[in-house]
Parts: sequence; C-alpha cells; structure tokens
Amino acid sequence: MLQEESDLSLVIAQIVQKLKGSSLYAQLERQAWGSWEKRILKSLNSMCTELSIPLARKRPVGEQKELLNKWNEMGTDEPDLSLFRPVYAPKDFLEVLINLRNPNYENGDSLSFRTHLGLIQVPLKVKDIPELKEFFVELGLTTGQLGIDDSTQVPPELFENEHVRIGQKVLAEQDSAAAQQYIRQGSPTALRAELWALILNISSQPEDILYYEQLKTNVIQHDLLVDSLIYKDVKLTASNDDYYFVFEDYLYQVLLCFSRDTSVLGHFAYNSASPPKSYIRGKLGLEEYAVFYPPNGVIPFHGFSMYVAPLCFLYHEPSKLYQIFREMYVRFFFRLHSISSHPSGIVSLCLLFETLLQTYLPQLFYHLREIGAQPLRISFKWMVRAFSGYLATDQLLLLWDRILGYNSLEILAVLAAAVFAFRAVNLMEVTSLAAAEAVLADLSTLKVMPLLQIFLFATVT
Amino acid sequence: MINEMSVQTIRNVFSVETGYRLSDDQIVNHFPNHYELTRKDLMVKNIKRYRKELEKEGSPLAEKDENGKYLYLDFVPVTYMLPADYNLFVEEFRKSPSSTWIMKPCGKAQGKGIFLINKLSQIKKWSRDSKTSSFVSQSTKEAYVISLYINNPLLIGGRKFDLRLYVLVSTYRPLRCYMYKLGFCRFCTVKYTPSTSELDNMFVHLTNVAIQKHGEDYNHIHGGKWTVNNLRLYLESTRGKEVTSKLFDEIHWIIVQSLKAVAPVMNNDKHCFECYGYDIIIDDKLKPWLIEVNASPSLTSSTANDRILKYNLINDTLNIAVPNGEIPDCKWNKSPPKEVLGNYEILYDEELAQGDGADRELRSRPGQSLGPKGGRSRDSGRTVLTTWK
Repeated sequence: MLQEESDLSLVIAQIVQKLKGSSLYAQLERQAWGSWEKRILKSLNSMCTELSIPLARKRPVGEQKELLNKWNEMGTDEPDLSLFRPVYAPKDFLEVLINLRNPNYENGDSLSFRTHLGLIQVPLKVKDIPELKEFFVELGLTTGQLGIDDSTQVPPELFENEHVRIGQKVLAEQDSAAAQQYIRQGSPTALRAELWALILNISSQPEDILYYEQLKTNVIQHDLLVDSLIYKDVKLTASNDDYYFVFEDYLYQVLLCFSRDTSVLGHFAYNSASPPKSYIRGKLGLEEYAVFYPPNGVIPFHGFSMYVAPLCFLYHEPSKLYQIFREMYVRFFFRLHSISSHPSGIVSLCLLFETLLQTYLPQLFYHLREIGAQPLRISFKWMVRAFSGYLATDQLLLLWDRILGYNSLEILAVLAAAVFAFRAVNLMEVTSLAAAEAVLADLSTLKVMPLLQIFLFATVT
Repeated sequence: MINEMSVQTIRNVFSVETGYRLSDDQIVNHFPNHYELTRKDLMVKNIKRYRKELEKEGSPLAEKDENGKYLYLDFVPVTYMLPADYNLFVEEFRKSPSSTWIMKPCGKAQGKGIFLINKLSQIKKWSRDSKTSSFVSQSTKEAYVISLYINNPLLIGGRKFDLRLYVLVSTYRPLRCYMYKLGFCRFCTVKYTPSTSELDNMFVHLTNVAIQKHGEDYNHIHGGKWTVNNLRLYLESTRGKEVTSKLFDEIHWIIVQSLKAVAPVMNNDKHCFECYGYDIIIDDKLKPWLIEVNASPSLTSSTANDRILKYNLINDTLNIAVPNGEIPDCKWNKSPPKEVLGNYEILYDEELAQGDGADRELRSRPGQSLGPKGGRSRDSGRTVLTTWK
C-alpha cells in the first residue's frame, strides 16, 4: 500500500515537474533572448557613443544627391569603417546558446538526454534517423535527384529530361504547392528563379516595385548607423568571396533597404524574440518616443550579407531580388539567429546535429570531445549561415531547393552531420581543435546530395 | 627533354641561319610561326583569307545574311591595319561616326599601348603617314590594328569582363586541339560605362589583370576572377539553358575556326605543341567575339586559386604533349589516351572528324559539350555543324 502511494506521488511529482518545465521553458526563452538582446543593443549604443555617431540622422541634400548618383556602385564608396566592428559574430551567439539551461531540469525525464554530451543543454525534441528518413523520403535512394542523377555518367533520358519537363509544367500552371513538392528533388538551373518565386509567392506587381523604390528613398534621405555595419559586413565577407564579389553593389542595395523595411517587423509575431527598441534623443524610457531600431528590427551580424549573396545568381532585378530575400528571411533565415524551441530554430538544429553525431558516430564524437574539439563549435557557423560561403554556389542552391521544398531548416543539421561523417577518417586522426578545423575548413568541393543520401539512407544504423 | 622556350629562343631555334635542328627526343612548347595566330594583325589577315577561300569554294560555312555579314564566321570585330588600311578605316568610320574604336599595337601584350578613340582627329598621325605612299617598311613596333570597340559587352553585377580560355594544339595538320575546362572570367574592378568621359579610364575598359591589379579596388583573394562554371551557372539561371548552351557552343566554334584559318600556313613542325590563351568577349546579345590569341599566356598567379589552376594547367599540358612522362619521341602519333587528359577535353580532332568510324568521341550529347559537369567529350567536326543549323 505504501509502495503504491509513493509510486503514485512520484508519478504526480513528475507530471507537475513536466508542466512546470514547459511554461518555465517559454519564460526561459524570453529571459535568454531578453538578456542577449540587451547585450546587442548595449554594444550598438556604446559604438554609437564612442564614435559620436547618432543611430540615425537625416542626410543633408547634397549628400542625398551624391548617394543617388552612386546608387549602383556603392561598393566603390570607401567610408572609413576601421572603427566599426560587427555587433556580434556567430561564435558569440553560440556562447549564449551553450549557456541556455532549464534551472528546473534536475532529473531529466528522458534518460538519453541525461547522457547528452554535446554543448546544448536544452531538452528539445529532435528527429532521429528513422524519422528523418520518413520526413525526407524524396531524398531516398530510389528517387531521382538533381545533384546526383543529372551527372555526366547518367543519360539524361533516365531522369533529367522528364524532371525538367515536369518543372516546366508546374511553372506553366503556376501551382505553388506542386512546385514545393517538385523542388524536393532539386530544381533545374534554368527554372530555379521562377520556381522559388512561385513557392515564396513573389509576383513582382507594380506596387512591389513601388514599395522598393520607397525604401530606396528612405535610404537616400536618412543615414543609419547600421548602414555602416552593413557596409563593413559586405566588405569583410561577400567582397572577398570567389563567387559573390561580383554582386557587391546589389548587396548594398538590398540590405540598406531591408533595414528600413518596417513590414519585416511582422515576423516578430511568430518569432519568440522581440525587436530591439531605441528612444528618440532625450526621451529615454518614454514609451511614446520609442522606435524600433533599426526600423526592421533586425540587427545585422557578421556574415549577414551572405544570406543575400547566393540569390544574386538568380535575380538581377533589384526589386525582385529584394522581395525574394525578404521572404526568405521572414520564413527561414531569422530562425538561424533567434532563440526559440521551433524545430527549425537554431537551438533545435544544434541539438539535432549533436544528437545525430553522438548517436550514429559515437566514436568520432567522443574522440573530438576528448581533444577539446566539440563538433558544434565547428559546424555552428555553417548552420547559422545556411552554408552560404562554405559550399560551391551550385551545391548551395541545390541545398536551398530542399529548404524550400520541405519548408524546414533541419536539412542544415543533417548536412552538417553528413560532412563530419564524410571526413570521419581524417577527423579521427586529429589531436586538436585547430587540426579539426583545418580538416573541415574547405567544403567547396563537396557534393551535397550524395552526402545527404548516403548519411540518411545508406549508412548502417 | 622538353624545352621551355621563350618566344625569342624559338625564333633562334627555328631560324634558317642558325642551322639548329631539334633532335627526335626534343619537343618545344611553341610553333615556329605561331605569330600567324597570335599577332593581332596576322590573326585577322588569316581569318579574312580563310573566309574568302570558303566563299570561293561555295562552302555553306561562308554563308552570308542579307546585310552581307557572315552567318557563321563573323566572330572578329571589324578590324583594319594601320597605317596600311587607313583609308578603308576612315570610310568605315564615317558610316557610323558615333562608334568607338580600339587601337592596339600589334606586337604588345598585357594591355600595353592600348587606347580608345571616337574621333578621327585622335589618330591624325596615321592620316599623315598613309599619305606618303612609298613609305619605307616600318618596324613592327609601329604597326597597329584598329577594331570596332564592343561597347555593349555583357555586364554582370554592372561590370565588364572577358573570358580567358586555354587551348592546347598538339598538331595543326591534322588539327588536334584541346580545351581546358577551367577557364576564367576577368572582371574590371570599376563599373562599366560607355560614357565618352570615361574612355580614358583603362580600369573601366581593359580587363587585363596586369592593368586591373593596379586599381584601387583590386582584391588579392579572388583577383577579380570567376570560373567559367560560375559564368555558366549564372547565365543558365538568369537566361535559360538553351541560350547558354548555344553561347558555349559558339565559343568552341570560333576557337576551332580560328585554328583552321591558320592551319594551312602554320609550320607544323612535329617537335612542337602550344598552349594558347584565348581572349573572348561576350556582348549583351550573348554573342561571343574573338579578341585575340596569346602565345605565352601568363603563367604567373595573382591569387592562391590561380596558382593551383596554373600548376594544373602546366601539368595537364605536359601530360598530353609528352606521353606517359617518358622521354618524348616526336614521331609518336600525338594521340594521347583519354585518361591523361586531366582537365582538358578534346575540342576538335580532325582525324576523327574525317573518319566516319563510330567512335566513343561521337556519342556525346549535342549542345552540351563542355559544361560544368565536364567529362563529356566534344563532338568532332562534322556534328558541330549540325548542332548549329
């Protein structure tokens, strides 16, 4: 009798624990994001004070004219950016995620989590390989894929020609849902720009072009501190990239407008974060003088421009490029640098990556841990950037095809694990973090689809 | 033994006076009279002659359109030699007085001595010289060509670029040539503008790395270069697959035609092979133009990627020129096995083209010869025509 009672109370205690944990987690999320946000804003404000530059100011007419003339070649403008530094880099953000803990989490309700040896200490639910195989069923060995079955050795009659024909049909019928299903097997290069626009519901109406022009006018009239951060980021990243340096000027045109686009604030409704606020000079703390800063609520970090760069291979009309990027951001990219429990959020992706590695490549995982090279420390930057700047562009586009097709970023974590699996032999021989980084420094020769297929469908689990 | 020779040494080796003869185990990386292809004026002369010959024979290749322009052989911008053709040039200039022309010294490289003109007064010098009819032969240094400037180049990211492609010729008769798959685009660091106020700004107009690397914005990481694969991806994504394939087919076509044009006059010495640097510009209608051919393409590197590319280029070139890394024997049939091609692909093999035999070379897909996927061997001569028409 006593035993039953104590069992029962244990069960009740566990249930209460679970309930407490869940709402506490949401609170935790908000707290963690809140303090991170404060940190970023503080950094921005101090940069502001140090350099005696206002967060925003109206440009004098002469300057406006000059900028308008230079609009298509802002890359040649060389403002002195030496004193600016990126507000944060991915590795700073990683530290925040590592320190996320649920204080109520003492006796984990899932034993397997207690033995989780990765950096992420938040018990979110992530898929295992059988579930991933089901989710990504179209990537299986018996289904044709672009990125594999369009290679030289395969006659085009076997798959490629038919796939192209179907793609053309989908476009002709303007069927967005069909396009999303279709693109899971990859998009032919010639159809990709249109397919992505169809899936993202972008149609370039006159009012869209007008909206972009309006943003451009905002840029001409007002100068924002974040503009310098954007310049700096482009100069540091895209301008030095073998593939994207050509499009430097487009990046300014897109990102400067983006930071002024208040419609982007809309995504915060489903983002657990909230946009940073600032106050009109002299009115600190007075809510009626609070404004979102920057106007779109997104503070760019080091590497942010790389979200836009690959899109320049597809769209060369600025307002269309802008629309596509904005939609990609509010649907996908924002999840890569905000804290949430969403399955496509960066926290879940990190956990998914670590779990996959620990479960299916335990030897490698333990070895890397032993030598002080926690795998996530290397793969984090790949995932935050959705692999932009790390993969060859044609491979990156094939990867982003699947992000759109499955409406999920989980593929980033799977690819990261697949890369480690691919280089496992070399990684087993390294004895330091630096050496591990070196083995994984160059991903430009990797073929994404075979890696994914082998990892998910051809590895003995 | 393979002799890496400068162009000057070549002149000496093959000069009649020195009486030097290469032995059977010596091969050399230049043809004795490569200047028939690589000097700007002679290249144009040879192509013009070739076209006229084809026209005389009634060859379908020499077909013209209603405006008298060659349908398949119009790939060199209108060019005149100065001072010899000065009057012809003036006639042409007056037909479209707002056009821009580019003056290039015949014997120089790396963009040296090039300038643009849009007024006859800017080349008064040749006007005077041409009037003295019985003029003593000029030294080669004085000779210039003047070509119609392509002022509507295809721009990417608002910038002008040209293509540098490497082509290896192992023999001219029969013609056997290989295209290096890893060519590249050279971008100008400054935005392109056809505005006349910027005609003097060489950073806008000349893509030579030798010039661009002195620009303020020159970047030493990527060196302003794109791989041809990037170009292909960009064009397919923004313009479509058919027009892109057509463009690349045309590029291969003009290279083969230029080699065919000089083949009859080339000293096809069996000791020789040569790797040329072809410069091609694409205009905004996606038509490729042959600008020039370089005999000694720069093998120095401006970036790390470049270094790897040039190393592989030399390596692959020598693998084809010298079979099996053994001591060369210039008597061999110059038909390397497929495995040693490395990053080269057969561009044109006259023997295969003429033989009717079904060969593995012929079984490739039309219109998709040398894409980013590589490995697909080029159709030989005959089928090239069919993919065109």
